[in-house]
Amino acid sequence: MSDAKRAISANADEIEEIAAHWIGRRDRDDWSAKDQEELDAWLAQDMTHSIAFWRLNAAWQRTERLTAFRPSTVGAGSFFDRARPALLRSAAAVVGAALLGAGALYWLHPTQHRYTTTHGTREIVSLSDGSQIELNTDSSMRVSATRGERMVWLDRGEAYFQVKHDAAHPFRVLVAGHQVTDLGTKFSIRTGARKTVITLTEGSARLDDADGAQAHAITLKPGDVAVATADSVSVTKLPLHVLNDRLGWLRGVLVFDNTTLADAAAQFNRYSDRKLIVVGDAADLRIDGTFPANDTAAFAVIAGHILHLHAKDDGTEIVISR
Amino acid sequence: MRDTPETNPEATGPAPGGGVAVPGLEAWFVEEVLPLEAALMHFLRRSGQHAHEIADLRQEVYLRVCEAAKTKIPHPVRPFLFTVARNVLIDQMRRNRVIPIDAVAELEALDIATDVPGPDRSAMARSDLRRLRAALDELPPRCREVLILRRIEGLSRREIASRLGITDKTVTQYLASGVRTLANLLYAGSEAGRRRG
Repeated sequence: MSDAKRAISANADEIEEIAAHWIGRRDRDDWSAKDQEELDAWLAQDMTHSIAFWRLNAAWQRTERLTAFRPSTVGAGSFFDRARPALLRSAAAVVGAALLGAGALYWLHPTQHRYTTTHGTREIVSLSDGSQIELNTDSSMRVSATRGERMVWLDRGEAYFQVKHDAAHPFRVLVAGHQVTDLGTKFSIRTGARKTVITLTEGSARLDDADGAQAHAITLKPGDVAVATADSVSVTKLPLHVLNDRLGWLRGVLVFDNTTLADAAAQFNRYSDRKLIVVGDAADLRIDGTFPANDTAAFAVIAGHILHLHAKDDGTEIVISR
Repeated sequence: MRDTPETNPEATGPAPGGGVAVPGLEAWFVEEVLPLEAALMHFLRRSGQHAHEIADLRQEVYLRVCEAAKTKIPHPVRPFLFTVARNVLIDQMRRNRVIPIDAVAELEALDIATDVPGPDRSAMARSDLRRLRAALDELPPRCREVLILRRIEGLSRREIASRLGITDKTVTQYLASGVRTLANLLYAGSEAGRRRG
């Protein structure tokens, strides 16, 4: 079919191959300005070059640290079963370890301490190694800091970790089936019914399965927000000022930026037994500002004033409505 | 002049010469045209052309669409894309001089359903991860491994090379062939013509 008269050039495959090679090459650490010039020249040679490159580059960019795939609970025949043959082979060993673990829990962690906060309280726990954990409202964790390891189990709620890095004694946080290992870090973790959110503000940390299998670890960098559910993890990046707003609780405040009243109420309700209830379409109204986390009543008054709403306080709950 | 091609999606279009002079053309192509590729491939495959010519036909369609977009971005893009595709097929048949009887007429009558709206953007975003996962799953094992280690786990190329016992050049090759297959799976639909969603 290679008729000389055809209008359509029969080289798409070849061009795509070259474009793909450029993408593989550009990924190199030693990619230089001169390399870029060469690439630009190739792209400028023909519009079809640019188009082929754009197309592949779009696919390339979609893979960028988007998701870590984790063993699905359904699992059979999934990506992981094949990607992790070593894990399957060691299934017997895992079963053995689990049996040991059940009985050994108590005496293996003789120095384990539990810390729990109630609604509206925060607690700062300083460890002997210089690390510090700030436990937010309505949260619970266990800490075990022995000579060999530093372990925290975040069982409920939210905590902010400032870790003194020590490569010889890794600092691990186990939360909802995930494991975060400090690589010199400040990070916060908030765990809820369905998902766990890890926010990294400084340094770096590794996120992994609780079983410590490192085959699919992701390394978190400052600004990364990882949202982990039972079978998936996605990472997004947020500007630092947004992160600081989210960590307002460390300063005892809640920071809202175009936040719906419903979300704001939910956040206040984490901090107080006196519940804030937003009724009807008032829930969709949005509010900005910084508010003391422990003063739900003040927020209700201010929000009511700004948004022209009624706030009714009966002592146990505050109802906001139009 | 542009030193961060990976973070700036528009940085790969060179300004002068025979290439691209329109800023934003790449972003437009990626956001508006590429999502229609599966439908375009379905149309081209159905046209009775030889399988090995489909990639060339697609290239021609994209070329004409982008050349047109240089002067004016066509809107809406879907009917425009399919009109171009039909013209490309007609030209192809005429040049080949092996026009099957009634093929052109059939083509004219071909229902390309240009008024059917494409998938809505939020639905695409929702299924994006699932598609990516399914596509990664279909890569040859070594390609998949290299691509995942590099792009998702962020290992350095040196780490990958030493872990898998391959050279950096081989890493480049795996990444290149991996990204080609991935693009076909993500945009063209699987090469076997199966539909995924």
